[in-house]
This record gives sequence, C-alpha cells and structure tokens, in this order.
Amino acid sequence: MKYKTISSKNVENIHANERQESSPFSKKISLRQRIKEQIIKLFFAANGAVALVFIILIFVFLFKEGIRAMDNIGFLDFIYYDKVQLNDSVTRLFEWYPTSSQERYSLVPLIIGSLLTAIPATILSTFFGVAVGVYLSEIAHPKAKEFLKPLIELFAGIPTVVLGFLLLAVGATFFDDLLNPANRLNAFVAGIGLSLVIIPIIASMTEEALKSIPNELRMASYGLGATKWQTISKVILPAAFSGVSASIILGFGRAIGETMIVLMASGNAANLTADIFKSVRTMTATIAAEMGEVSQGSDHYYALFFIGIVLFTITFFLNLIAEIIINKMRKKNTF
Amino acid sequence: MELTKHKKDIKGFTFILSLKIIFFFIVLILFLLLGKIVFEGIGIVNLEFIFEAPKNNMTEGGIWPAIFGTLAVTIIMVLIAVPIGVFSAIYINEYAKDTFLTRIIRTAVNNLAGVPSIVFGLFGFGFFILFIGKGIDSVLETGLFLGQPCLLWASATLAVLVLPIVIVSTLEALNSVPKSNRDASLGLGATKWQTIKNAVLPQASPGILTGTILAISRGAGETAPILFLGAAFFLPNLPVVDLCIGDYCIPMINPADQFMYLAYHIFILTTQSSNPTLTQPIQYGATLVLITITFLLNITAIIFRYRFRKTLGKI
Repeated sequence: MKYKTISSKNVENIHANERQESSPFSKKISLRQRIKEQIIKLFFAANGAVALVFIILIFVFLFKEGIRAMDNIGFLDFIYYDKVQLNDSVTRLFEWYPTSSQERYSLVPLIIGSLLTAIPATILSTFFGVAVGVYLSEIAHPKAKEFLKPLIELFAGIPTVVLGFLLLAVGATFFDDLLNPANRLNAFVAGIGLSLVIIPIIASMTEEALKSIPNELRMASYGLGATKWQTISKVILPAAFSGVSASIILGFGRAIGETMIVLMASGNAANLTADIFKSVRTMTATIAAEMGEVSQGSDHYYALFFIGIVLFTITFFLNLIAEIIINKMRKKNTF
Repeated sequence: MELTKHKKDIKGFTFILSLKIIFFFIVLILFLLLGKIVFEGIGIVNLEFIFEAPKNNMTEGGIWPAIFGTLAVTIIMVLIAVPIGVFSAIYINEYAKDTFLTRIIRTAVNNLAGVPSIVFGLFGFGFFILFIGKGIDSVLETGLFLGQPCLLWASATLAVLVLPIVIVSTLEALNSVPKSNRDASLGLGATKWQTIKNAVLPQASPGILTGTILAISRGAGETAPILFLGAAFFLPNLPVVDLCIGDYCIPMINPADQFMYLAYHIFILTTQSSNPTLTQPIQYGATLVLITITFLLNITAIIFRYRFRKTLGKI
C-alpha cells in the first residue's frame, strides 16, 4: 500500500519535472493552440447552429403562413362548404375549388385522395417488401446477397419523375386494357407507382431488422428440430415484428408525401370517391399543381400552406412513431 | 429421418420457393422498367442530343440546357449543403456532449429526412424567395432581382432538402471510427482538432463522400420542390452571365436567372407539351440520360460504402 502511494507520487514528480523542463516552449504553443482550437470549435458550432436554424425555420415559416389561413379562411371551411340554394335550403359540399367565384377549400377530397393512393400502395408493398427483405436476410446465399442488396438499393434511387413518366407512357395503357377502369388515370395506377417507391424502403428496413436478430435464436430453433420455414415464420418474424412494422409506417409516410407519381398518374380530379379506379387528387399534387400560379398573399396561397402543414404534421408523426419503435427494438436486442 | 423431415415441410418448402419467386419478380420488374427506357432511349441519345438545344417547339433537338441547368443547380446545392452538413455533424459527434439539445437535433434531423419534398418547396418559396429574396431586393433597391423564383433559391431549397442526408451519413461515418483511434491520438499529445484532422477524418472520409454522392443523386432527381422555384419550360439562353473584371470576362452561372432542369423537362414534356406523342422519343432520351446519371452516382456511392465497410471490418 505504502509502496504504491510512493510510486504514484514518483510518477507525478517525473511528470511535473517534464512539464517544467519543456514549459517555456510548450506553454507558448499551447496558448496559440488553445485559441486556434477554440476558433475551430466555434466554427463547427456555428455550422451546427446554421443547420439547426434551418430546421427551426422550416417549422416557423410553414406554420407562420399556414396559421394565417386559419385566420383568413377559418378551420371549418377546410372541412366543408355550406351552399345556400335559391329556395334557402342548404347543401353541404366537400369540394376543393379555390379558383371559383365562391371559393371552396374543403381538404376532405384531397385527404381521401392521398389515402386512396397511399393505402393500396402500402398494402401491396408490405407484401412484396417484407418478402424481399426475408429473402435477402434469411434465404439468399451470402455471396449472392452482396450483389442483390445493392440492386434493391438501386431500385430506390430511381427518380420518381421517371416512374411517373413510365406510368404515363406504358403503365396506364397496360392497366387500362387489363382492368378497364372508370378513368384511365386513377388512384390504383398511382398506387402501383407509389409501391415501386416503397417496396425498396420496406425491403431494406425489413432486411436490417431481421439481420439484427441474434443468431442464437436461429440456432436454438434449428436445434429444437424446426425447419427453415418454421424458424422464419415462428421465430424470426415475430422477433423482428416491431422493426418490420416501423418499416411499413415509414413506407406509408413516404407514400403520403410522394408528389411526382401522383401528380402524373392519379388523374388530378378532386373527386370525393371511394372508388380506387377513379381519378383522385392528393394533397401533394394540389400544392405542386397550384403553387406556381397562385397570387401571393391570397387566401388560396395560404390554403396551400395549410395543406403543407397537414402533410408535414402527418409525416412528422409517422416518422416519430417509427423512430420510437426502432429505438425500443434496439434496446431490446442489446440484452 | 431426413426424409420424413422433408416430407413434413412441403408447406415450408413452397413458402420459401414463393419468396424466391417474389424476389425475382421484383428484380424482373426493375429490369423491365430499365430495359424499356434503354430500348426506347438508346436510339436517340447521341452527342448531338446531349449538347444541343431543343428546336422546333421542343419536338426536335437536344436537351443541353436542361443538363446544364441540372449541373448548375446541383453544384450550388453541394456548395451550400455539404460544408454545413459535414461541419455540423463533426460538431454534433466530436464536440457536443450528449445533452438534451443534441438529442433533439438528432431526432429533428432524422425526421426532416422523412418530410415530403414538396413541403421543402413550400418552405423555399416562403422563406428564400418571399422573405430573403424580397428582403435583399428592397434593401438594395434593385427592383425584381432575387425576389422571384430563380436558380439560387432552387439550389438553396434542395440544399436544405439534402442536408439531413449529408448530416446522417457523416454522423454514421464518424461514429464508425473506433474510439481507440481518438484515444491513441489524444494520448500522444495531439489536440482535439489535430485528432479530428489526422485520426478521424481520413478514416471517415469515404463514408462522408458516400453521403455527398447520394445527396447529389437525390438532388438531381428531385422534381417536386423546384416546380415553382424557377424551373422553366423553355429558355432560349443558358442561365449564364459574363463576370467581367476589367477586360477579362469569364462566363459564370447566373444565380438570379431561371433555368431548365432535366427532371422537370421530363415532367413537362410528358404532361404539358403541345404534342406528347410527338415528343415521346425525346422524353425517353431525356429519361435515359437522367437515369444514367443517377445510377452512376448511386453505384459509385454503393462501391464506396462497400469498400469503406470492408476496411473498417479489417480494423
């Protein structure tokens, strides 16, 4: 015990000596160095602040312009419009007609349009995306996977305008002949296009969720005599359930927010319909189509920002939920 | 025993087989889509198509102004987004302590990556054009100069759009550098900045480069936000201005000008040109060029990432 304290003191003395010996030189450098270090740190912090300011500004500007819509138009007018007929009877309309003489700003047909394209797309992509993810993680040969996974990632890199163009040039006619829908461009065609965007997202996130399942689980299952399929369906998929569902939520959020595909392939008629084979108009397509022509400061202008808020809020919460699920999953898997 | 096991699992066998079929069905669709574009587009794409301007009401000629506009916008976008993104990621990962605030920034950045691109367009319109642009115009009293949709604000908006991509991939790259590297460097007496410069950044740079390339590819393919931020159907001149110092004049990208954009060009030709069937070969050609650019960028990014992970695995 005593010996130890002495030795550590000795070490300290040696250090002190060293410091004293080189102090005149090192101190000078260290002062300059310290200022330099502080300046560099400040520089990085300033960049972080700029990034943070941009993030805050997105919230601020979106809500600043959108809230004015609430003042100018009123919340209820975003849901319905009561039209007074000549005989004083009132019909309740759910219409988006911002440019008519009696402006109608009901978001109901737009929200329904968004759901009518996004929900079929999500259902379709859940089926295909999870299957692709399971294949990549559990069945594909590791050597083949090194090549196949980037292929799926490449799929995700196709610009959406290209998918919209292909839908218009080839897809719409193909489905027109196949299904003979009410409108040539409809929610279903747009949904097919959206699923091409979401399948790679769900697939790669599912693959990651399955990969993070510890190998002991698989070994234990095989050891109990289970077959490969039994292991996948009874052990791996239930264990990765939260990760897979997070990927589906994110995919849905992406489908709601996608613009170019629905702008080009959904037909863009603000129908109040539940028919998947009719033309619809989504929230994103409405902003994209009308923002260029709207006069700044008009009610219509603020109404478009209000749609932006609705979109922002929906996708933000979907992302938040997915992130919470993923974080919980990570905590569980570290045990 | 092996036999009975296989007999029992006919169901499982069919399921696994169907998974394989589904997977190759999806890959088949991918190749069909690409094949269609290549098949239809390869006949029209040549050097003249790439380096000529559209002629005869867009039904003939090339797409050079659209390619030039795309290059100009992405260059300015990278100049804005990459420094801010990389530097702020360095701050978050290397300097800032794990406080409530940094966690909020991380969450906000993650969530920002999921915000629809059209919402960024709205933000760009409200903030960059109406607030900053109009503000500059009224202060400098230049008339309508920057307070309108133009190249600069489109680039700035796309920069904010890809900022999360740059930050997240830089954070990932910095995170993957082992802590022992930093400890070793600090233990040798290096300062914090020397450690970052000599021990962290060299190892993280392939990861950062991957994020940058992915950001460029995303920006070049993005259409929705620039619809109302200055992309034009047709412009007779390139958005170029001569920057003169004395007698020396260098042509420069004019950030206050409107521009043509490859992705927007495809959109507008398919949906709003006077005769969509007549321009279809040009549409396929432009699509082939766009998809070649994005695929080359993405493949480069994938190879970089693959090598990056491999070298890290060796350590």
